Amino acid sequence: MKTIIQFVLCILVLGLAACNNSSTTAQKQATTPEVKTAEKSTKPEKSTVMPAAKTNVAPQPKPNKKGYNIGDVVADFTLKNIDGNMVSLADYKDEKGVILIFTCNHCPYAVMYEDRINDLHNTFAAKGYPVLAINPNDPEVQPQDDMPNMKKRAAEKGFKFAYIFDDKQEIFPKFGATRTPEVYLLQNEGGAMKVTYSGAIDDNHKDAKAVNVKYVENAIEAVTNGSNPDPNFTKAIGCTIKVKKG
Amino acid sequence: MIKALLSLLMLLLIGCSASTSATQESATMSKVQPETEATTESTEIQSYLKFDDFEHHLHQEDDKIYVINFWATWCKPCVKELPYFEQIQAQYKNKNVEVILVSLDDIKKLNNKVIPFVKEKNLQSTVILLDDADYNSWIDKVSPQWSGAIPVTLFYNKNKREFYEQEFDYQELEHIVKTFL
Repeated sequence: MKTIIQFVLCILVLGLAACNNSSTTAQKQATTPEVKTAEKSTKPEKSTVMPAAKTNVAPQPKPNKKGYNIGDVVADFTLKNIDGNMVSLADYKDEKGVILIFTCNHCPYAVMYEDRINDLHNTFAAKGYPVLAINPNDPEVQPQDDMPNMKKRAAEKGFKFAYIFDDKQEIFPKFGATRTPEVYLLQNEGGAMKVTYSGAIDDNHKDAKAVNVKYVENAIEAVTNGSNPDPNFTKAIGCTIKVKKG
Repeated sequence: MIKALLSLLMLLLIGCSASTSATQESATMSKVQPETEATTESTEIQSYLKFDDFEHHLHQEDDKIYVINFWATWCKPCVKELPYFEQIQAQYKNKNVEVILVSLDDIKKLNNKVIPFVKEKNLQSTVILLDDADYNSWIDKVSPQWSGAIPVTLFYNKNKREFYEQEFDYQELEHIVKTFL
């Protein structure tokens, strides 16, 4: 009995130490080191599987998506802009590339990124990478995403880039886009627009100041230096692109 | 006896991860109480700021069938399908089915939006909040099939798991649950 009590005390002490540890270093570090300690101490007892023991697998997102993948050439398309004119991807033939972003008016995530999309355009248009924004949503499902509201929102936010409407919903499926916002960085290689990066703008939708990795900016920097973006594919939570059911 | 010791240790660890999350944004957290279910009088929602702390909900090894739906109060299709998940919870809880609704709302909205929403809709399923903004680091840990759009639903028991990135109606949902029974 004594040994059992000693064992309990030992585990408690270990556990508590781990706990204190985690509380003080709680900010950015994952809790894996503490979990490991605890796991070890229970192993001789043939423990049942600890729920936290599965947290170590860290798969990098793989482009298992439909539609355009990294390296694919995007076929030209033409859609109506908020100013009433038609805009084609081919219109960007004199640019180094295009920051193509599926976005919309209604989605809170898209809204949180509006200022950052403006910043991207204001910084990179002069360097040969203008933003081209595409609204892929069906306004019958999401009325706030119709053309009048696109014009209104663009005016409110002072968009200086084309904001075009995929009203027939024929373009976004070619990309395999599923959510807003979703970025495709295109590199102009002698007129062929090649996908070099796809995914999120950065790694913190909520707060531009808390961003650790600026995926799109880093990708532009990489291609400008003649290297491949790393990562070239990321995932983020976003609003489903709205399509009529049935 | 050994079992008792182990469960003691588990409790300790769970408490530990909760305190990790709590220290980060304690000001905005409602009560973080592991293993506390939402009650009718006061709604308590387990909240996580780190996916790693949340992940055990996706790997329970008991005999239950888990239906884990990722949603948010701002997501229209998500809100639309919630009643069907509630219906599944009500119809199948005696058959060992547990629905967990994982809100991806901002933790700052927990008290003024999520909890009022849960009360207003009188949600009976367990509601959890997960707000880890570094999405790219964890989306694939839920499922590599997940593009990032919501709603999505993960069904699993200790033998198999299936993931769906789509909006459900009740028939579709029930059909899948039945394949797990």
